[in-house]
Amino acid sequence: MNHHAAVEEHPVTDPGIEQHPPRQSDVDPAVADRAYRRIVGMLMAVPVLVVAFLVVYFAVPRDAELIVFGANLKMQTTLLGLSAGIAVLLVGMAAIVWARSLMTDEEIVDDRHELSSPPEVREQVLADIEQGIEETGIRRRKLIGSGMAGALGLLALPAVVSLADMGPWPTADLRAQTIEKTVWAEAMQLVNDVNHLPLKADEIQVGQLINAQPKALQDLHGTAYQQAKAKAAIIVVRMDPNTIRIPESRRDWQVDGILCYSKICTHVGCPISLWEQQTHHLLCPCHQSTFDLGNSGVVVFGPAARSLPQLPIMVDKDGYLVARSDFTVPVGPSYFERDSSKDFQDGDR
Amino acid sequence: MKRASGSRPMRRRKAARPVLLLLSLALVGVLYAAITPAAQSAAEGASNEQLVATGKQLFAVSCASCHGLNGEGFAQQGAPSLAGVGAAAVDFQVRTGRMPMTNPLVQAPRKDNTFTEDEIAAMAAFVASLGDGPGIPTEDQYDPTGVNAEGAARGGEMFRTNCSACHNFKGAGGALPLGVVAPSLQGVEPKEILEAMRTGPGQMPVFASGAIPDENVQEMIAYLQRVNATPSAGLTFGGIGPVAEGLWAWILGIGSLVLFAIWITTRGARS
Repeated sequence: MNHHAAVEEHPVTDPGIEQHPPRQSDVDPAVADRAYRRIVGMLMAVPVLVVAFLVVYFAVPRDAELIVFGANLKMQTTLLGLSAGIAVLLVGMAAIVWARSLMTDEEIVDDRHELSSPPEVREQVLADIEQGIEETGIRRRKLIGSGMAGALGLLALPAVVSLADMGPWPTADLRAQTIEKTVWAEAMQLVNDVNHLPLKADEIQVGQLINAQPKALQDLHGTAYQQAKAKAAIIVVRMDPNTIRIPESRRDWQVDGILCYSKICTHVGCPISLWEQQTHHLLCPCHQSTFDLGNSGVVVFGPAARSLPQLPIMVDKDGYLVARSDFTVPVGPSYFERDSSKDFQDGDR
Repeated sequence: MKRASGSRPMRRRKAARPVLLLLSLALVGVLYAAITPAAQSAAEGASNEQLVATGKQLFAVSCASCHGLNGEGFAQQGAPSLAGVGAAAVDFQVRTGRMPMTNPLVQAPRKDNTFTEDEIAAMAAFVASLGDGPGIPTEDQYDPTGVNAEGAARGGEMFRTNCSACHNFKGAGGALPLGVVAPSLQGVEPKEILEAMRTGPGQMPVFASGAIPDENVQEMIAYLQRVNATPSAGLTFGGIGPVAEGLWAWILGIGSLVLFAIWITTRGARS
């Protein structure tokens, strides 16, 4: 029994502190002196580098070039970085050499004391607190305590109410007018991005990709323009109608294989225009979500959960592409209140 | 005096050799200049029918094993029909060495072109005769030298909107799914850029003149040339984004920190 208890108390014999062999600098004064000179030498180089930094700062012109391996490193910033960087490095290296060769490296044991205070100290502290509460008189005049708590609690209300400044409450009506609506509308002309050229249906070739936007965007400016473009940006592609799947419900959403989709990824809203014309796959550069534009924009790879919204289009009397309506589902990434029942699912008719 | 006059014929003989060489070189140059335009005008003068006939023969030797004797294509082998691809497609594919392919890979890589200008023109004429398509562009369609700063800025906007998704905003190129690569556009001839946009080689979509007219293409090429002529500060690591930069930060930055940590903790020499 006794033996068993001893084993539990010390399962492994305490090996004690490892024997300390002396370093060369401990026994040979010449070695210690060399280390000493090295440390002082490194520290004395620091003022030289600091002076060099100041000289470079004032003397080297800002536009001076320094070509290294064909890369244009600016002369001044490179020299400033080198002088300051090496100076800091030398301070650190001097400290390490000092610790490694001159400071004592003998291991010592410093036993940790008991963490909890002795019982009499703890009792005294509790008694002091109790006495303090008693002396405030809050036990006899209780309304002071509840009044104070109520006053502090109500002071939080102005802070919480002012959060309303962050924006209008996103009710269903408001969402329908903002996040679920774009500037696309019936008969709105499709125009090319940047040069605003209208798109003539019979000029668009099979395999062609056009980054486009609604014509009405040209009338908007500043924040209104950016917000409208972020939702209304589209891509127009033309594919051979015989090589793609056009569901019955979307037969009149396209013009002879010219299809129009939202340019905003349904995952987190990156603009996408990386389209492979042979596979008809559209790839988002942010997280590699891939949509099949030859199959109503369904997701074929990646983290996106919903098909890319398709914009119904037709031609006007002059042969230019125009929208039939706004998007039928909200474009862009998901949000809590979004109704995703109308999104296109692979296999829908 | 006497010695000097005696050595004069020697000096004349010494000088005669390089002068003769220069003269003969000049003569060759003049003759060449006189002959080549004649050859070019002869090729232009050759009737289109002759050109198509020559092209058909060249096509039968170099292209027909995949695309068929009449360019009808062989879909199972991934060789598309060439009816309607136009002369520009042939000029682009052959000039950049992408066609003929040595074996049907995922993507035709750029390699040295082994055909002469006349042979390319003949094959292009033959393929153009199979169906309407974009013709070989002329220099006034793609030459970016007349573009001013405003045009280059607009070209930059067009490039970043239409091209940067695959080719990177400086045209450095990029990776696409399944081993396909969008090649670098740096140093690529303006003519080849316009031809590629109009014909849509491989997975690249077509960017036709209805949406992006030739002037805009010139501006986009001017942007590419200017942005790549502007020196970037510091080491660019190929300018392909955070992967290359991160790799060097890990190797050099973390690597040197590891070396310092090893130095700090080693115990050094003991006696």
